[in-house]
Amino acid sequence: MTRYFTDKLAKYIVFISGFTAVVILLLIALFILREGLPAFSEIGVFDFIFGNVWRPGIDQYGILSMIVGSIAVTVVSMIMAVPLGIACAILLAEVAPSKVRSILRPAVELLVGIPSVVYGLVGLVLLVPIVSNIGGSGFSILTASIVLMVMVLPTIISISEDSIRAIPASYREGALALGATKWQTIKGVILPAAKSGIGAGVVLGMGRAIGETMAMIMVIGNSIAFPNSLLDAARTLTGNIALEINYATGTHESALFATGVVLFVFILLLNSAATVFLKRGSNAQRLG
Amino acid sequence: MLLKDIKGENKLKETLKNRFSRREFLAGTGVLLLTGLLGGCKSGGSEGTTTKTVTESGELSGTISIGGSTTVQPVSETLSNAFMEIFPQTTVTITGGGSSVGVKSAADGTLDIGAASRELKESEESLGLEVHVLAYDGIAVITNASQTVKELTLEQLKQIFAGEITNWNELGGADGDIIVAAREEGSGTRGAFEEMVMGEDTLITDRAILQSSNGALKTTVAGSSNAIGFISFGYLDSNVNAIVINGVEATVENAKTGTYPIVRPLLYLTKGEPEGLVKKYIDFCQGIAGQAIVAEDYISIL
Repeated sequence: MTRYFTDKLAKYIVFISGFTAVVILLLIALFILREGLPAFSEIGVFDFIFGNVWRPGIDQYGILSMIVGSIAVTVVSMIMAVPLGIACAILLAEVAPSKVRSILRPAVELLVGIPSVVYGLVGLVLLVPIVSNIGGSGFSILTASIVLMVMVLPTIISISEDSIRAIPASYREGALALGATKWQTIKGVILPAAKSGIGAGVVLGMGRAIGETMAMIMVIGNSIAFPNSLLDAARTLTGNIALEINYATGTHESALFATGVVLFVFILLLNSAATVFLKRGSNAQRLG
Repeated sequence: MLLKDIKGENKLKETLKNRFSRREFLAGTGVLLLTGLLGGCKSGGSEGTTTKTVTESGELSGTISIGGSTTVQPVSETLSNAFMEIFPQTTVTITGGGSSVGVKSAADGTLDIGAASRELKESEESLGLEVHVLAYDGIAVITNASQTVKELTLEQLKQIFAGEITNWNELGGADGDIIVAAREEGSGTRGAFEEMVMGEDTLITDRAILQSSNGALKTTVAGSSNAIGFISFGYLDSNVNAIVINGVEATVENAKTGTYPIVRPLLYLTKGEPEGLVKKYIDFCQGIAGQAIVAEDYISIL
């Protein structure tokens, strides 16, 4: 009797917890949408998303340059972080002796714990002057991407390493027994088998990249002009909200919420794309 | 083999789960730290809207509501805390909203005192508002310490920030593209700079690097040899060089005498002559004790 009761209780508690998360998510989405709608209807969805001029002072609200800014820093940072992260994960899981690993692994994990303002500060004081030697002011998409790369690396490394470690030893033994070298084993057996886990790491890293705000504000320059090169300053969608929400009223405030809606849709698309990609990957793996 | 596979997968799921929770925990810690850091720095304007209510016992009693400029808000908070310590039975509530909100709310009586960090516009002068100057704030135009151009006219400044003059050699300096740095749209400091330097219809160039606080803007200019920007007087130090404008140095004395051209007032506005508690509070703010607090960050009126 009591066992049944405990069982039921546990079931309901789990249900309620899960449900709460969904409800909170829904409420946030609804709230952002409700606050952003006036801007969409006033400015027009097309003009808002594809407009190139953001001048709240003279009622111009176009966020195209910020969409481009957000995509640019995310893509460039991932291009740098993914190969580096996967290589580091392979090192930790397959190559490095346990002594090296016992130092490297905690170091990587500590990187996650550093608050993003600190990354931003280091970027601002150290990286910006270095990049300015290449050209421009130093406040640029490139600088922001480098900072972001360091920030997403631990996520990619940890999750990739875990998924590589989770591969049964029989896979490795099988490959080695067939005469494959260590590198051939890693390339031909381990990486394909760990693909979905590595993919999850990359997606999580990308989520962090696109959502990062504070560090980006500090190093990207926040300029409202359309960026023409990696050395140009730009503004991200998150930065736009954080910079101006303190002062915004009326249409301006609503336009910032609308920026949030765009960001929300963005992340939704990104996650769905990743899910589809990962599913296809694991299906292929099963068939293969 | 199959069993091992399932085990492997479970292990992966578990580690993923752990990773998630740790990530969230660390993110949470980050946010807390961030809030602490942001709360700790005086950004001269970018404080959010906060309401403060304190009630205790004492002889003078009643409530005062103040709201408007986010630049005035931190000063108002310090002043009201001091006021409430002296008269524990009074309550002072402080909200933000921006200078325009301060003017409007004072005029329609929503607030006892409206706060503004700029002069009243012509359209606002007919509202019957009594203006009480709380303090003055000078805005210094700054360049990198290594910059050889030390002196500019207001007209040159306007052209630089509008993106019309783009190289330091046009101003008698070394060859180098000028990097314009400014505050974000809506900032009181930017608003005052636009009003006093840019004029009605000239915009700050869209190529400008924008930073969200006086401190960050100063760091930007300090680290970039071709940069130019503007910050509140209170943030000046030896890392940057304050430009001499129209032949006048950026000093508190010059701002007081009115020779320095970029000075804005911080105002308290009341609908008509203040009475009772409101008058007491404004007298306190303009008095020696209040001005000592004001002088920590701004130019005292005394």
